[in-house]
Amino acid sequence: MKITLGTVTHPGGSRVNKTGSWRTASKPRFKHQACVACDVCALVCPEGCIFGTGQNTYYANEDYCKGCGICAQVCPVHDIEMIPEADEDG
Amino acid sequence: MVKGRMLQGARAMAEMCALCRPKVISAYPITPQTLIVEELSQIVADGDLEAEFINVEGEHSAASVVLGAAAVGVRVFTCSSSQGLLLMSEVIFNIAGMRLPVVMICVNRSVSAPLNIWNDQQDSIIMRDSGWIQLYAENNEETCDLLLQAHKIAEDHRVMLPAMVCCDGYVLPHAYEIVDLPSQAEVDAFLPPYDPIYKLDIDNPTTMGAFADPEKYMETRYMIQETMKKSLSVIEEVARDFGSSFGRSSYGLFEKYRVDDASTVVVALGSMAGTIKDVVDELRDQGEKVGILRLICYRPFPKEALYEALSAAENIVIMEKDISLGGSGAVATDMRAVFYGREACPRISGFILGLGGRDITVDDIKTTISKAQHQVADADFVGLKEDLELEGING
Repeated sequence: MKITLGTVTHPGGSRVNKTGSWRTASKPRFKHQACVACDVCALVCPEGCIFGTGQNTYYANEDYCKGCGICAQVCPVHDIEMIPEADEDG
Repeated sequence: MVKGRMLQGARAMAEMCALCRPKVISAYPITPQTLIVEELSQIVADGDLEAEFINVEGEHSAASVVLGAAAVGVRVFTCSSSQGLLLMSEVIFNIAGMRLPVVMICVNRSVSAPLNIWNDQQDSIIMRDSGWIQLYAENNEETCDLLLQAHKIAEDHRVMLPAMVCCDGYVLPHAYEIVDLPSQAEVDAFLPPYDPIYKLDIDNPTTMGAFADPEKYMETRYMIQETMKKSLSVIEEVARDFGSSFGRSSYGLFEKYRVDDASTVVVALGSMAGTIKDVVDELRDQGEKVGILRLICYRPFPKEALYEALSAAENIVIMEKDISLGGSGAVATDMRAVFYGREACPRISGFILGLGGRDITVDDIKTTISKAQHQVADADFVGLKEDLELEGING
């Protein structure tokens, strides 16, 4: 990998940095039961790593999710919960 | 006949800045820098320079504006002093890390508290670790000459680092001296338009100053360190080009004045070298082998060139207007490192003078030289008022 002067890169070049490893305790689990596709979780995510295209389709990209839990806090239908990092079913 | 015009230093520096054709200028007024940017804003308002003069609410913003403008790919200029430079400091480091060839003048002034608007060199010395090239001028004409060279050095594709031209507050920008400024045609022939390697461009988008994790950050520091070392030869090359283009010498990394057979060599930066040269002449008339090496390029620190120039000396006497409190003067510390473990081992003494505008007199300089010939000094304060009671020290 080439490091240019001033670390100039192509747009989105920082995606190679998989910062999800900074998560320490918990991660969000999208239950996909009561989702109304309001998109609030995606809008408030500080990392911009939550995506979805309709009801019960939302997910967090764990390569970048820091486990802050804001999505679980704001979900109006309580369809997101924070689970221990070690749990398989994220 | 003397060539040039009688100009206030600030006016000369503003005219030289305009001759370099910056496209964006941003600065916030602070004593003693204000005169320079006042003159520049007038030059822009009069339509004599095609540039954006962007007014901002503080120095952090001024530095951020020139960072952004340089990233878009144009030549820029800013100017500050003291607290203003400290407020810029976060951006100062970013500009260097992003390898943007921003050029600024630091009009050297002491740092608060206590509030003091007079000259020393503490403000720019603090920035020595930032990745900026630092050039210190002795007089107004040299400040202008170095400003022109700074653009050429910074924008050289082998360098691509910002450069700070430092001049002593009040002593230079507020003084009237004869300054021989080149013509626009001469400047244009010497300094080609800025040709960025990378720029922000909507047709060819890039990300600049991106995140670097522990796997990459260290390499970016190494790249600047290596480039700093290589830029020493670029600085010398540009000084030679300047000399052949404008018919007067420019010294490059440092100026040697009666150094070659000297057993005692004073090392100093900036305007105080003028007084020291007079002392050197006087002492030479009395048969003392004394000289002065006036350091122009403080960053990168020209270690090998200094070793070569000073290895025959018995005493090196550093006189500086800064102090790393709790340590030593910055230049003395660097100079000792040049000689450590090497064959030549002159006695190196460090003295602190002229802080906060305290006069540096001929007698101060003579006393200092004499002291250094008899004992090694480390961060000795010269010119303290003995009649003052200092709470916690002697009262």
